[in-house]
Amino acid sequence: MGTKLGGYRRRELAWLYLFVAPPVLGFLLFGLVPILFSIYISFHKWDMLSDPQWAGLANYKDLLGDEKVYKSMYNTIYLMIGIPIGMVLSMLLAILMNRKFTGISFMRTIYYLPVISPIIAVSLLWQWILNQDYGLLNNFLWETFGIAGPNWLGKPEWVKPSLILIGLWSGIGGNMVLYLAGLQSISSTYYEAAEIDGAGAWHKLTRITIPLLTPIHFFVVVMGIIGAFQSFSQIYVLAVDGGPEYSGATVVYYIFQHAFQYFNMGYASAVAWVLGILIFVVTLIQFKLSNRWVYQD
Amino acid sequence: MKREKMTDLWSLLLLLFGSIFMIAPFIWTISTSLKDRRNVFEIPPQWIPEPITFGNYAKVWLESPLLHGFMNSLIIVVIVLTIGMLVSAMSAYAFGKFEFPYKGMLFMGLLGTMMIPYSVVMIPQYIGFSRLDWVDTLLPLIVPGLFGNIVVIFFIRQYLQSAMPTELIEAAKIDGCSFPGIFFKIALPIMKPALAAQAALGFMGIWNDFLGPLIYLHTPEKQTIQVLIASMQAMYIGQSDYPMIMAAAIISMVPVIIVFFFCQRYFIESMAISGIKG
Repeated sequence: MGTKLGGYRRRELAWLYLFVAPPVLGFLLFGLVPILFSIYISFHKWDMLSDPQWAGLANYKDLLGDEKVYKSMYNTIYLMIGIPIGMVLSMLLAILMNRKFTGISFMRTIYYLPVISPIIAVSLLWQWILNQDYGLLNNFLWETFGIAGPNWLGKPEWVKPSLILIGLWSGIGGNMVLYLAGLQSISSTYYEAAEIDGAGAWHKLTRITIPLLTPIHFFVVVMGIIGAFQSFSQIYVLAVDGGPEYSGATVVYYIFQHAFQYFNMGYASAVAWVLGILIFVVTLIQFKLSNRWVYQD
Repeated sequence: MKREKMTDLWSLLLLLFGSIFMIAPFIWTISTSLKDRRNVFEIPPQWIPEPITFGNYAKVWLESPLLHGFMNSLIIVVIVLTIGMLVSAMSAYAFGKFEFPYKGMLFMGLLGTMMIPYSVVMIPQYIGFSRLDWVDTLLPLIVPGLFGNIVVIFFIRQYLQSAMPTELIEAAKIDGCSFPGIFFKIALPIMKPALAAQAALGFMGIWNDFLGPLIYLHTPEKQTIQVLIASMQAMYIGQSDYPMIMAAAIISMVPVIIVFFFCQRYFIESMAISGIKG
């Protein structure tokens, strides 16, 4: 009997390893091996036509003195201004939507529609809206406020604000859904107790709602920063060749240009590594700091 | 009670006000796409085109291989979703419901892949795939997806732990059901809602993917719909042919919007659930 069970367990183990094999294999083939290979490439000069040439730390030294690396990093971080603005807006939206009246699911759909729309189509659509002379936005500004709007995507100082605006429009619906789920998990007893103590709407918001939503704030910030560090598609469409004076180029755009337009595989890999380590460190710091402000029950 | 109604009303009014800004860009796009090229540059802008023309849609469909684009995107989505989902479900079942040596280590290793940004692996992956002569084919966009996706595995594993009692597996074992038999006949049907939610998100992610397809696909007939649409910009913006570009943008949006309306529940649920779990 014992040996028979042992045989069953052995067969079961074989099945188990077979079931987990594909993702593990995928991790090795498309994760670990490329990462190791990428370290190797980053220490070489390589145009993919001839053999890779050992370059030591030259790529890393070059990038420290490369003005465009700093510029694209600055742009990438600048665009993160949109994260706190988006958090406030999407939380307010969620609070407004967290009640039952007719038409609420229709409203939710409208705010969510930009989230599911392809980013390329969205970018093309905004390019037209932001057109200086005939775009909807400048027409709106002129008709309602008498303001002559700027050349949004043509002037270096307006490219990043434009990108933030588009990011807000297309992103708040997604975070709104997260906040809505967070709100629905807050027990109403907190509010009832606060009402007995005579708390007004403002106190209920700042003392109950916002603190109890900290796990959602944390998730939104972490994912928002990781996403912002990797933004590319909207840049490709809206800031062609990095935009005027490279004002719209992000780090990933810079990596893309070096790797797939100039075929500097080594240099591009070095920049990619710096970006990867930066994302890792920033995320790690956020997790370390999280126990100071994220509420856990 | 009356105060409650007033707050409802104010909320609705605020939401309505905000929704104008959310919906206006879409309506504006549709309106532009139905205009004749000459009528685009009117001030103030006309929301209802006069005359309305569907010519831009016909023209953009004929001038550019959009049908190929749709087919290529569809091929990637269908293959990656069917096989990738099944593979993910299998390993989620093994990780969630069984004990085996090195399980913790393997799972942590997989979770680690979530930390790797695509920009770090895209260059070595490109070099590898170009060695295989896979550049300008759909393979680099399909094959990695066949090995399952850690986010899906994580999500379904969580789901199984609460939705599938271990006694169910024990009972089936005693009845003489084989290991794959239990998975396909019992576990898979239980996972269905979770799989549907992840498939909805997966569809959106793959359909809207851009950087990967941009790197690998060069011949227009082989490009996905997103890459094709992005290349229109260079083609038509130089001539300021905005109606054509807007028509193309709308064509590329239609499938996602249709899928969204059919699976809206799954989209919003899975977004919300993955958010809380994160």
